[in-house]
Formats: sequence, structure tokens, C-alpha cells
Amino acid sequence: MTDTPILRVARATPPPLARRLRGLSDRAIAWLFVAPTIFLLLAINIFPLIWTVRLSFTNYAANRPGREVEWVGLRNYERILTSEAIWSNMQTTAHFLFWTITLQVILGFALAWLINRKFKGNDLLTTLIVLPMMLSPAVVGNFWTFLYQPQIGLFNYMVELLTGTPASSFSMLGPGGLAKWSIIIVDTWMWTPFVMLICLAGLRSIPDYIYEAAEVDRASKWRQFWTLTVPMVLPFLMLAVLFRGIENFKMFDMVVLLTGGGPGNETLLASIDLKREAFEKWRTGYSSAYAIILFVTVFGLASIYVKALNKVKER
Amino acid sequence: MKARLLTATAVGAVLSASVASSQSNELTLCWAAWDPANALVELSKDFEAQSGIKMNFEFVPWPNFADRMLNELNSGGQLCDLLIGDSQWIGSGAENGHYIKLNDFFAAESISMDDFAPATVYAYSTWPKGEPNYYALPAMGDANGWFYRKDWFERDDIKAAYKEATGADLREPQSQKELLQIAQFFQGREIDGQTVYGASIFTERGSEGITMGATGALYAWGFKYENTPGSYDMEGAVNSPAAVEALEFYKELYKTATPPGYDNAYMEQSLDAFKSGQVAMAMNWFAFFPGLAADPNVGGDKIDFFVNPGQNVAASTLGGQGISVVSYSDNVEGALSYIKWFAQPDVQAKWWSMGGYSCHRSVLEDPNFVTSAPFAGDFLEAMNGVQDFWQEPAYASLLLAMQDRLHNYVVADQGTAQEALDGLIADWTEVFEDEGKL
Repeated sequence: MTDTPILRVARATPPPLARRLRGLSDRAIAWLFVAPTIFLLLAINIFPLIWTVRLSFTNYAANRPGREVEWVGLRNYERILTSEAIWSNMQTTAHFLFWTITLQVILGFALAWLINRKFKGNDLLTTLIVLPMMLSPAVVGNFWTFLYQPQIGLFNYMVELLTGTPASSFSMLGPGGLAKWSIIIVDTWMWTPFVMLICLAGLRSIPDYIYEAAEVDRASKWRQFWTLTVPMVLPFLMLAVLFRGIENFKMFDMVVLLTGGGPGNETLLASIDLKREAFEKWRTGYSSAYAIILFVTVFGLASIYVKALNKVKER
Repeated sequence: MKARLLTATAVGAVLSASVASSQSNELTLCWAAWDPANALVELSKDFEAQSGIKMNFEFVPWPNFADRMLNELNSGGQLCDLLIGDSQWIGSGAENGHYIKLNDFFAAESISMDDFAPATVYAYSTWPKGEPNYYALPAMGDANGWFYRKDWFERDDIKAAYKEATGADLREPQSQKELLQIAQFFQGREIDGQTVYGASIFTERGSEGITMGATGALYAWGFKYENTPGSYDMEGAVNSPAAVEALEFYKELYKTATPPGYDNAYMEQSLDAFKSGQVAMAMNWFAFFPGLAADPNVGGDKIDFFVNPGQNVAASTLGGQGISVVSYSDNVEGALSYIKWFAQPDVQAKWWSMGGYSCHRSVLEDPNFVTSAPFAGDFLEAMNGVQDFWQEPAYASLLLAMQDRLHNYVVADQGTAQEALDGLIADWTEVFEDEGKL
């Protein structure tokens, strides 16, 4: 055969992928495509998790590379689960979670209910309401520190204006029991719009004809709300609770900037305590056990919750 | 194709060689972001001119300084060639191999530690403490001191009111209890139509603030970490009756003589409170005193300084740092040449003149030193009685335990001083047990 330029080009062109893969089963090809993702998942998520579990049974300290690592069995877990301080931090976390989620769900739903009505300036109002959630938690933490300042803070000034209590007589971030409510106020201010948006999506997904049918059946507005609106928005609300729950369980930046976990340990959330153990005290083995306990807690609660959510959806 | 590949390789080799060369001609010095660091940038221009080595600086704000730098060291990072690290890091730096031991270098370059103030050599350079193993050159002497509104103290109406209220003359406090009395006198007083407060002190919880503040009282009452140095025998020392009294004193100072909302304050907040005219007195590190003396609003004739008042003994909390060569540096030679340059007496004299606190005896023992700045004499006095926190490799755990115990008692009103110090011994015992030292 004559060696023409066209033939040379044809020979130099690599065979198409399909031909090169010929002979491989569909399943093998599928694995080939999925393999890089699985490899990354194993390297970035699964391996560190397994390694953390291993470290949790040792006295390893990352800042002491020369020290001999000892196997301590369940000692780290025992110390954590019998530590009053850690149980106190867990209670603080639970208090923060419960109140932020409760307030955000109530206020978020109420705002969505109001915004869902058609009125002039609706779009502008929606934009203004969602502004806080667009801010960085670091910025929010910093400027709320100023708002809470007893002498020059706007918050204390407003309280004085409304109640007559002298502004400098109380400190929202200081001792006196107000600090744990201060962080709840800030988180609620920032994240209620998020819950509102999810609820709004739920409300707008309810077809008008359902309400029209209810009107025909002469159902009152109150009854429509409880038998139509709430059940149909419930899956959305539960999703919002799941998102906010997971987010707030690992809350760190905003609270660190506001109170640093203080005064005392009044706002010391589990995530802040964990960071201090791991990267300030460098008790790597101990903090690994701490992280595993938190992981199992969140994972367990989230699994139960997701099952409940699926049941609600199926109804 | 081959020719192109060869060309590309050659260009790459030339480029990487020039990058390596430029890297070896640069040094990065890491420190906290504060006034003396700016002075050091200016001072280092002389080194750049003499050596041809370009200086880069990595300055981290104090609240994040320890976190950032210790992470850097623990991960074997190459960011810093030179590190001006806190005195408490020396144990960890030495034992974990983060810092290069400088004995051979000092011997080869005839740099004598006898030329530096003994207290600073002990605190900033040696590990184990007091042993002639040097891991840093004393770079920045510092201690916790006080400053006050001299213009208020000199006003006749205020002096008369103080005399009437206390029966004593208003003056620089000579004891901790006199300091409290003066601070309480100013608390809530109207001066020039503005409500002012007694003193701004350290109450910060997150890093080291309240420990550095409260130890000013604890040391003055005679607080010791151990009954016998090196024994880790803390019972009866850490929680002695004098220590309990000192801690109760610090709480009273906080509760009765500080501005409202002053529950998480450290250096910056102390400076803000003083500069904004809120307080009559303030504690802070000597490092800030040159800036305060020159402040257009509260400096000059309006300000004066005093050393931390004694109570049972004269004592001040040690600050300050030594300069170390990071063992992970790829330019150790350049870093050592910087230290050699910095150790020279004329450079040290210039360092002091620019706002840095030299530890060199030629500077400190100069007859004109005491009059060279309004706080120079106080600085010398303070450095003669400084005491430092644990410098153990596990210092971070020890410090955080003390932060928690002190803050919980002083600010958050939890328990008693005795319980706080007993608890502190329990925490520290646990740390030393983990370390295998008990």
C-alpha cells in the first residue's frame, strides 16, 4: 500500500476511546469513571476518619513528634464521658441549638408567611431581610461586639431607651447570665432569613387551587392554615431545621469573636472546646476521641431525623 | 522536538537556579504585629544595606500569634527563618527541635551571653532553665507595667477629694493595695464632664490575657509555681494563703475599679480605654510605652509610668522575647548572619532609640539610659524583678488551664479563689502526669 499523507495522519491518530475500551464490561467502564472520585473520597474523608479513630486510642500529641506514642485503650473516651466540664459544654451546645432553631423556625415561618402576600415593595423587603445571611460570620461577630458594648453600644442604648435600665449597668457579653442569650440573638438575626427563604419556597409550592377548593368547602382561614399550609410546608421546615441544626452544632467563628467561649465557660460550645483541645493544648489523641464522640452524636441524631423527614414526605 | 525539550529543560533549570539564588538572598522574620515590630522593620534596613539580604516580615496580631506560629513550627513549616517567639515557647522549641541551638555559633562569632542582662538570658534563651544551652538571643526585653493620667493626679481639686476620701496623698501607688484604693477613688468619678473609671487591667480569656494580668498581683504577693524549683511540687505554693489573697485582690480590682463591660480585655482594650480618656490608670507591656508617651491626646505631660507595685515582694510579670533561628529554614546561614548583626552593641543602641527594648548591658548600663525615656528607669526596675510563667514544652496546656481557672473565678464569679487555685493544681498535675514528669 502506498504511504500517502492521509494514511500517515490516520495511523498517527489515536484510536477512539470506545475502541480502546472494547473488551471491557459496562460495569468495569463504570468503575473506571467512578474510581478517581472514590480514591479522593477515601484519601480525603475515609482515611482521616479511620486515622482519627486510631489516634483516639493513643496519647499522641501532634506538637511532640519525638515523644513515644502509647496505646491508652479507652482512657480518652472514659475521661471525656466522665468529665463534668465536657457535659457542661454539651449542655451549652444543646441550649444554643434548641433556642436558635426554635426562634429561627418561628420567626422564619412568620416572615415567609408575610412576605408571601402580594404587596408593594415586596421584592425590596425580601432583599433587605436576607442581607444578614450574606455577611461573613467574622464581620457579624465583630460588629455585634460593638453593638453589645455597654457604654457605646446601640443595643444597650436601645434597651435603656425602651426600659429605662441604664446602658452601662449590664453587659450582654459579660457575667450575669446574658452571654448565652446574646449569641442566640446574633445567630437568630443572621440566619432567620435562611429559614424564611426555605419556608417561602414551601409556601409558593402550594397550588392555589387547593386553597380555592378549601374556600368552596367553606373552611376557615385558621383551618386552612393548620390542615393545608402547615402540613405542606412541614417537609421544607424540617429540612431547614436539619441544615441549621448541623450548622449550629459546629458553630465556631461567630461565637469565638463574640465571647471567646466566656465569660467563664458560659458560651463554650463543644466545637470551640474541641478546637482548644486539639490545636491549642495539642492533646491530639484526646481530642480525636472527643471528635469521634461528637461525630457519632451528630451522625446518629441526623440519621434519626432524616428517617423522620422521609416519613413526613411520604405522607 | 528533542531540541525544544532540551531548550525548555535548560530554561527551567536556569529559572529554578535563579529562584533558589533569590531565595537564599532573602530572610523572613516572624513576630507579633505591634509597635516594636514596626521599629524592627526600620532597623533591619541597615542589615539589608550591609548584607545584601532582603528582609521579609510576617507579623501576626497578638491574639492569633501563638496559634499561628506554633502551628507553623509544629508542622515544620518554612515560612519563618527567624522567629521572635514568646519566652514560654523556648522549652517546646528546644525539645521538639524547632529552634537551632546557638552555642557553637555564639562561640564562633564571639557573642557572649554575659553581654546581655542575666534575667533576659535566663528567660529568653536558655533551656533547661538556667543551663548554658542557648536557643535564642535576647531580642526584646519587656515586662508588665503601669501608666496613669499624670494631669489628673496633679489637679488640686482631685488631690483634695482623694485626701478627703482616703486621708492619704494622691501619688503613684507604692503597693497593690494603694493601687486599688486609687482606682476605686476614680471609679465613676466625673472629670471634665465625663464619667471615668479606675483602671484598665487584663481580663482576656482566649489567649494569655488574664494570666498575665493576675500574675502581676500574684507575684507581688509572693506566688511561686513550685515549692522547690524543678520538682513540680505545687501544693502549698500555687494555692498558698498569699496566692489566695492576691487572687481575691485581683477580683476586687476587676469588680470595683474597671470600666463597664471590661470582661474580655487585653492589650488593645487597655490601650483604647486609656487613650479614650476612660481610665485613670492602665496596665500594659512596656513595649507600648514609647507610643503612649508620644500620643498626641494622652501622652507628653499628661502621662507618667510606674513599675508594677509590690505588696509582699517587688515583682513584675515578664514579657518579651528572644530571636531564634528556625531549624526548618532553608537559609540558616543568612538567619545566623542576622543574629550576628543584631547582637552588635551599636545596633542594640539604635534598637533602643527606635522604640525596641534592648537587653544588651551596654545599653542598659549606660549612665544616660535612665533619663533617655520617661519609662526607662521603671523598665530597669521591672526587669530586676521579673518572673515568668512555666516555660515547659506543655506550656500551652498549662496556660489554658490557668486562663480558665482565673477567668471563671475573677470574671464569671464561679467558686472561690481557693477553689480556683486548688483546681489549677489538679489541672497542672494532670498535664505533668501526661508529660511523664509526675
